Amino acid sequence: MTAIFKREFKAFFATPVGYIVLAAFYLFSGYYFTIIYTMGSPEVQNIIMTLSTVIVFVTPLLTMRLMSDDKRMKTDQALLTAPVSLYSIVLGKFLAALAVYALGFAPTIVFEFIVLSMVEVNFLSYLYALLGAILLGAALIAIGMFISSLTESSVVSAILTFVINILIIYASSLGSVIDIGWIATVIEKIAFITAFNNFGSTVFSIPDVFYFLSITAAFLFLSVRSLEKRRWA
Amino acid sequence: MIEVSGLSKRYGTHLAVSDVSFSIQKGEVVGFLGPNGAGKSTIMNILTGYLSLTQGKVSIDGFDVMEYPEEAKKRIGYLPEIPPLYMDMKVSEYLAFIFDLKKVKFPKSAHINEVMKLVKIDHVSNRLIKNLSKGYRQRVGFAGALIGNPDVLILDEPTVGLDPKQIIEIRNLISRLGKNHTIILSSHILSEIQAVCKRVIIINKGQIIADDTPENLSERLSNDKSIVARIMCSEKDMLEALSSIKGVKSVTSLGCKEPGSYDFLIEPKENCDVRRDVFERVSSRSKTLLSLSSNQISLEQVFLRLTEAGSYEEARKLLGFNDVKTEENEEKKEAAN
Repeated sequence: MTAIFKREFKAFFATPVGYIVLAAFYLFSGYYFTIIYTMGSPEVQNIIMTLSTVIVFVTPLLTMRLMSDDKRMKTDQALLTAPVSLYSIVLGKFLAALAVYALGFAPTIVFEFIVLSMVEVNFLSYLYALLGAILLGAALIAIGMFISSLTESSVVSAILTFVINILIIYASSLGSVIDIGWIATVIEKIAFITAFNNFGSTVFSIPDVFYFLSITAAFLFLSVRSLEKRRWA
Repeated sequence: MIEVSGLSKRYGTHLAVSDVSFSIQKGEVVGFLGPNGAGKSTIMNILTGYLSLTQGKVSIDGFDVMEYPEEAKKRIGYLPEIPPLYMDMKVSEYLAFIFDLKKVKFPKSAHINEVMKLVKIDHVSNRLIKNLSKGYRQRVGFAGALIGNPDVLILDEPTVGLDPKQIIEIRNLISRLGKNHTIILSSHILSEIQAVCKRVIIINKGQIIADDTPENLSERLSNDKSIVARIMCSEKDMLEALSSIKGVKSVTSLGCKEPGSYDFLIEPKENCDVRRDVFERVSSRSKTLLSLSSNQISLEQVFLRLTEAGSYEEARKLLGFNDVKTEENEEKKEAAN
């Protein structure tokens, strides 16, 4: 697993993808920080919450070639004929993408300490928001990775993941236009943004943690099955 | 070392490999021969655990590939048809990755250097794989298979796309490795198999149609004892002169292949060696015999004939096996009873 993790992590920076993703995160978080700084509302967790828009665009980039490239370039033959389990292949790739994603939030730690040095703020609520962002990212990366395992084309994978990201994150706005009450409620509950926004409050919400964790686990499992299925095709 | 019994692989409705059985002893170098789409790669992919099997049993060094995949995979170095290379990595990085992936226990950099020297890629170790030529990529793939020094090497068309010099190098390397490894090698370049392998398994349409030494196989098909003579002479006279030799069944002129000379295909009667007579006849006519060679069938031709055979039965018959159910054989059996 560590071999695959290391390879995939490096691969993000052997191509422009890793730099583009980090640049997008750093640009927008810097921009938002300037805004809240000048406004004088020192709540770095708000930066993280606003970054969800960036996350929608960025996770497809991280996952688009994660599995599809192996299939296209036949490098899966090296992985699948090596004495490693399918789980460690999938986990290694997943963690590599998640690590790059997590690096995107590195500046917010700096921002938080800048703010802490000036005023007294609730450090915990920053941590909750950070945890929420990582969990949201994990779920989206797992979904993207599964989509990537279904196709040989990274473009198809990226576009499909992007569309699905928008649907599941902003399903709540879809729910509000539907008149039938219970459907709207269900969509509202499913929407990732609802669960994610809960991390923006100071109350630690365990169900939301499990919500993202279980979605992540489910799609990692599906990715493993998808790899396995290829052997039986 | 490798035991395969009753192996079948089905893709949807298409039966790619059907009831294949063979066993390979430790230290054997075996060639898989067959046209494209015969099922060679499929069998190799199953042996290495890349594909699953539909039916049958495959074990490597006693470890079933389905039940103990990791143990079986540890013992195999695999070079697939298209080497599984990450284009964005440097050669040394890639080999280090394969080293970690295979969980090899040797000292890392020493082992990688050794392997790079063996396949002669040590001078490109710092180049990106995507910038390498096809021949070098192939060698990097080969190096990947050698990492960890596995007992079994499975090489799917290892010399495809290489230039003649590289082909000879890789071939020599395989011969050298064959001394202490069990090797399966596939190819449709037949001279390669002839040069390297002591045993050939011919596969066509997913079935094994022959499993023998290259010499035996070409012998089985070549009851042809004809010889080709190149003689400086006039065509007509010599045709007559040669036909009149005792023991010659027929002579055909193959025309002029070298200025001033003609080639003749001389087919002797059964159990006759006419080479001496041909020489004497030519010199008695004060003509010059430039060359005399046997028209021995090459493995290439064996292979062509076998794979052109429409069915398993036909191919077996071509090889002179009588184990196939044909009406003739059935009748013979009945008569014997």
